[in-house]
Amino acid sequence: MLELRLPSLGADMDEGKLLEWKVRPGEHVVRGQVMCVVDTAKAAVDVEIWQDGTVAELRVQPGETVPVGTILATLLAPGESAAAPPPPAPVTAPPAAARAPRRRISPAARKRAEELGVAVDDIPGSGPDGAVTLQDVELAAAGAMAPAAAPRPAPAASPAAAPLPAPVAPPATTPAAVPDHQAEMRRAIAAAMSRSKREIPHYYLALTVPLARASAWLRDHNARRPVTERLLMAALLLKSVALACRRFPEFNGFWRDETFVPAAAVHAGVAISLRRGGLVAPALHDADGKPLDQVMRELSDLVQRARAGSLRSSELLEPTITVTNLGDAGADVVHAVIYPPQVAIVGFGAVAPRPWVDEDGELRAVPTVIASLAADHRVSDGHRGALFLAEIRDLLQHPESL
Amino acid sequence: MSPTRMSYREALRAALREAMQRDPRVFLMGEDVGRYGGTYAVSKGLLEEFGAERIRDTPLSELAFVGAGIGAALGGMRPIVEVMTVNFSLLALDQIVNTAAALRHMSGGQFSVPLVIRMATGAGRQLAAQHSHSLENWYAHIPGIRVLAPATIEDARAMLWPALRDPDPVVIFEHAQLYNLEEDLPAHWESNADISHARVRRNGTDLSLLAWGGCLGKALEAAALLEGEGISAEVIDLRVLRPLDMDTVLASVRRTHRAVVVDEGWRSGSLAGELLARIAEESFYDLDAAPARVCSQEVPIPYAKHLEDAALPQVPMIAAAARRVAGRDA
Repeated sequence: MLELRLPSLGADMDEGKLLEWKVRPGEHVVRGQVMCVVDTAKAAVDVEIWQDGTVAELRVQPGETVPVGTILATLLAPGESAAAPPPPAPVTAPPAAARAPRRRISPAARKRAEELGVAVDDIPGSGPDGAVTLQDVELAAAGAMAPAAAPRPAPAASPAAAPLPAPVAPPATTPAAVPDHQAEMRRAIAAAMSRSKREIPHYYLALTVPLARASAWLRDHNARRPVTERLLMAALLLKSVALACRRFPEFNGFWRDETFVPAAAVHAGVAISLRRGGLVAPALHDADGKPLDQVMRELSDLVQRARAGSLRSSELLEPTITVTNLGDAGADVVHAVIYPPQVAIVGFGAVAPRPWVDEDGELRAVPTVIASLAADHRVSDGHRGALFLAEIRDLLQHPESL
Repeated sequence: MSPTRMSYREALRAALREAMQRDPRVFLMGEDVGRYGGTYAVSKGLLEEFGAERIRDTPLSELAFVGAGIGAALGGMRPIVEVMTVNFSLLALDQIVNTAAALRHMSGGQFSVPLVIRMATGAGRQLAAQHSHSLENWYAHIPGIRVLAPATIEDARAMLWPALRDPDPVVIFEHAQLYNLEEDLPAHWESNADISHARVRRNGTDLSLLAWGGCLGKALEAAALLEGEGISAEVIDLRVLRPLDMDTVLASVRRTHRAVVVDEGWRSGSLAGELLARIAEESFYDLDAAPARVCSQEVPIPYAKHLEDAALPQVPMIAAAARRVAGRDA
């Protein structure tokens, strides 16, 4: 028995929609023949067969969207008897759901999901054999980003999470629920950001920070180091924000029960955009007390693990302030949205040479960055916000003591 | 007091000397324990120190000298019987299982058998199929005896005295690969060690590695390797194979939600199987992945070095099982 599976037609392809069958059961096909047409996110693509054979069963119907690796059709190899398998059900294959294997959900994950009121069927699995793990549930519950997001209402009462079609993929293939994960993350971001804009009276400030000293220091520092141990400006920026929080505690903490609760430590949330879309902002714990090298290492580690989907729940639930760096994408200035229940977020735009008037009145091209602050007016006022940004600027003038 | 560096063998010998000095009822007997100083040189020098009355060489009959030990224990002595290796203890199984373990029950509590049996166990020394067994679980199966597996210098030094004070038979397994292990004896070791509980030898958060005896070191090595990959493994040293300290094991599994057992015994009917069964029975809803075990291949242990190595649990296999259970083998 031969199998025609949905091939990956590009590195970013996770699933495809069957548009049309070009063959019928019983038809003899030869290597290279177009079997069907599949719609990927980019184009309709002809899918060919790589062996000769006779079409036995078409398993996926036009209009169905299935994950890469799904068996689209089975074929009899040349010489294979059609009688060998049970009489192939004609084109009317049973509904996909009937064949779907039982979803693997770890006992602990199932129990936790019940406690949190999360619908496990909507959660993609990252565990052995694609099983849904405790962390998957906690990630989903944490809304993948919002620290201590508002608890979900009652179990099963998440009408937003419309029942998704059961995965039809065989268990060994790419987890079928990846697109659902994205949808879940989008919903979480939507909920957290809506809540933020609904509840938090934001005020915004921005300050241009000269980085001539920091850039020179960084160049010098990195010149003596192997590539893997080099520092990036991002580590300096993050550390400066964390240090500034020590003198300005009203930007580091949570708004809970109509009052501000300052955090005892500085766990800087690092906004990380994911390749599939969406973002997470896990905590770099105690960022103010760690040497730059360590901040850099942990930053790389966080980015790597965020993209691999292996963050720890403590990292997702504990950020006390968030730092978002959109300079790589070319933006000059960020007007950020606070992650509730945090009370501030610091944004950095692109580090680039810009006209700058020196202390001696000379106009020069100097690397600068625009640091911006979005803060919760219930907790702090613009005057303190401005001083907070100035503190960050001043700290960055002495990179050697960061 | 500063820590003293010593070998596992020296620690066992020091424990024997202490017991002989503290209690005149204690004596040691077994094959070659006297003039030869013990097959693994544990009792070297003791014959000269304590005399032939108390360090007794026996004929080559495990059945006879284990039986004699039971008799001496019933008669009020505190015998320590050395069976050269677990492989030969099979000849004494009837005495151990039918007599020593059962006598308290059979006599309605009138008699107890305060006997300590020490034996070497395990493979890894190219001694081939008849001299490489790991049959700890055969003894851990029997109600009426306590089974200990010292895996550290401290336990080698400290477990004997409390074993002698146990009113019932105690079997102590010394993994043959450990005799040359050298470590510091912690300054605060107690000669009245706890012989009821497992110990956490390394803290971790992602999974629990359960091991004992000769596999503890491998589990710790695997944990160190895994740490470099971002997997935090907790290592539990069971120490006591009967009765099992499930409280410690389950508390760990409830924290980490994942378990891997390392057992030099064969998989079928193994102690690892018993541990996994109990974890599943008592902590099913705490598990975040199917638990796993790393056991010896189900073959008579080979003589050839490379085949013997391949047949036994090794650090890379333990790490691989841990990655799988942690969902990180992609």
